[in-house]
Amino acid sequence: MNTIVRLGEDLSYNPAMKILVIEDDREAADYLRKALDESGHNAHIASDGEAGLHMAETGDYDVVIVDRMLPRRDGLSVISELRARGNRTSVLILSALGEVDDRVTGLRAGGDDYLTKPYAMSELLARIEVLNRRGGARDAETLYRCGDLELDRLSHTVKRAGKEIVLQPREFRLLEYLMRHAGQVVTRTMLLENVWDYHFDPQTNVIDVHVSRLRGKIEKGFDGPVLHTVRGAGYMLKAA
Amino acid sequence: MAFVLPSVLRTTAARLSALYLLLFGVCAVVLVFYMTSLSVSLLTTQTMETINEEAASLGRAYQRGGIPLLVRMVGQRSRQPGANLYLIADSHGRILAGNVENLQPGVLETNGWTEVPFRYERYGEGAERTQSQSETLPDARSESLASHDAIALVLRLPNEMIIMVGRDLGEPQRFRDVVRQSLMIALGMMALGGILIWFLVGRRALIRIDNISKAGRRIMGGDLSGRLPVTGAGDEFDRLSENLNAMLARIASLNEGLRQVSDNIAHDLKTPLTRLRNRAEGAIAANADPQEYREALEQTIRESDQLIKTFNAILMISRLEAGYSSEQVVEVDMTATVQDVIELYEPLSEEMDVSLDVSLEKGIAIQGNRELIAQALSNVIDNAIKYATLDGKSSRVRVKLQQGDGNVRLSVSDDGPGIPEATDRERVTERFVRLEKSRSQPGSGLGLSLAKAVMKFHNGTLDLLPENPGLTVLMTFPGR
Repeated sequence: MNTIVRLGEDLSYNPAMKILVIEDDREAADYLRKALDESGHNAHIASDGEAGLHMAETGDYDVVIVDRMLPRRDGLSVISELRARGNRTSVLILSALGEVDDRVTGLRAGGDDYLTKPYAMSELLARIEVLNRRGGARDAETLYRCGDLELDRLSHTVKRAGKEIVLQPREFRLLEYLMRHAGQVVTRTMLLENVWDYHFDPQTNVIDVHVSRLRGKIEKGFDGPVLHTVRGAGYMLKAA
Repeated sequence: MAFVLPSVLRTTAARLSALYLLLFGVCAVVLVFYMTSLSVSLLTTQTMETINEEAASLGRAYQRGGIPLLVRMVGQRSRQPGANLYLIADSHGRILAGNVENLQPGVLETNGWTEVPFRYERYGEGAERTQSQSETLPDARSESLASHDAIALVLRLPNEMIIMVGRDLGEPQRFRDVVRQSLMIALGMMALGGILIWFLVGRRALIRIDNISKAGRRIMGGDLSGRLPVTGAGDEFDRLSENLNAMLARIASLNEGLRQVSDNIAHDLKTPLTRLRNRAEGAIAANADPQEYREALEQTIRESDQLIKTFNAILMISRLEAGYSSEQVVEVDMTATVQDVIELYEPLSEEMDVSLDVSLEKGIAIQGNRELIAQALSNVIDNAIKYATLDGKSSRVRVKLQQGDGNVRLSVSDDGPGIPEATDRERVTERFVRLEKSRSQPGSGLGLSLAKAVMKFHNGTLDLLPENPGLTVLMTFPGR
């Protein structure tokens, strides 16, 4: 029942993205580009804020990854300038500053997501996948479908193969988030942030227990797994 | 003194007293000038009334007895001590009778009141002067007239004779001079006193400040246990010193905390780092197959993640203890916050066969930070579930939220082995302290320290109370 997918093995269907990395640390930038290229994306590097701003404006990127501390123009100012000029490209902020208020200022400047250094590459990949689909049709949809699983956001009902499944409110929100990002890896931290609105890691991995409970409800007695564990990364909802 | 004075002048007290002195001085001068001129004009009015009466009685004498009676009466009155000024002159201005010998020229040509005070000389006063002076030109003569000022009423009779009745202005002028003189003396004394007080106060302040500065330099020089002098007078300098001393004590305790943290970081991060390094080294040395390499690397990643977590926790505790930015404090619905965390842990407790007894009072709100409170509570509940199941029996954890005595109390109790020793209960909230029994359990040893730091941030307390069996962690928040 608990399918394990290895990171990188089963993600080939994800569309390639054109990604700009604005990062002044050469080694970190090269490592990031290599990892992004290996995941099938096309990454470019800018090594200071001014160059980054220029490239972000002219390069038509899907996602921009910005380090907060940059020479010539700091990361937050790059973002606010980009936003001021009407550019809506998704932006992920990378920062060594991880406190809640740092996150808030980052998002207030116009960033779409915030990741604290040091981070796991799987976490970064999962987040940019999700960012790429931001603003797409999914947010406005009222009915999510994944194989024979259906979630109605208006009537708050979940059905699989036409049969209704009763979920607790939190389980519903968990499934809703997973379904909105069906086919994408969703990490535990992303779930904690988006479903529970917590920005800390509990000592014990309580999220796993929630997911396995939800998995029990949507898989037991039905045909085939839909909620997969992606080893070393998180979870993914995907029809067989 | 020579080199003290300039710095005394530069003290705030000195500047303030100089300013006050100046202000009061100006006010006093203005006030006294106003008062004296008011009195002088009052006295002048009185003088004019007297002159009017005098003139009227002379007029009546003229009507009754003509010129002879008038002249006799003027002669009579002129000789009285402190008499007014009387003068009768012919139409050419030659003085016929009266007690005025010399007059500022032009006075007799006026009709009615003289417009400005004029100078005159009484009869007999001229004798003191030499003949030559008295025969100089009228202009020069007027200059040399004795300095008596007077005002007068000049009347003309039908036969072109001139009668003048006047009064010396010496009295109001003397009055004014006396007042002005005493004012000058008073001002002088005030200035002297001000300068004296200024010097004494300024010097005192300077000495106290110098002492404080000296103590400050000594402390900056490395004597962190040094404190600023407190004289016991309870004045503003003492209050300042006391507050600065409290600040120094806080800095010292933070410093001590920092030292402890670095010691602990060195100790507790070095151990897993060494393990990490050894594992990587071992994997290389073993000539293992790819699968084994992969496992070693995955283990390495897991351990470094744990290290990062520990590191983050240390940073967070330090930031909280250093006084986290306070803009994040808002009204927090405690009931909902606690409910959320319990809901987060419910599946886990079920899986661990721990029953969660929850009793939450409704509608409790405090000023705080939801995220921090949730994290603290999550650590405490995590511990409770972990230790409640330590002895393998099925067990329960009770979470209680209530309000009373102006406090909000949040308690988490387990029925595990607890911490029987009071000293251990004290120690366990310190950073990295893990009691022997828990060494085998996963965890960084920072969970309770973090919870305690969060409570301190909320001006609350975290207490560990023994249960039979088990342990209660009581978090007390100050109510609103």
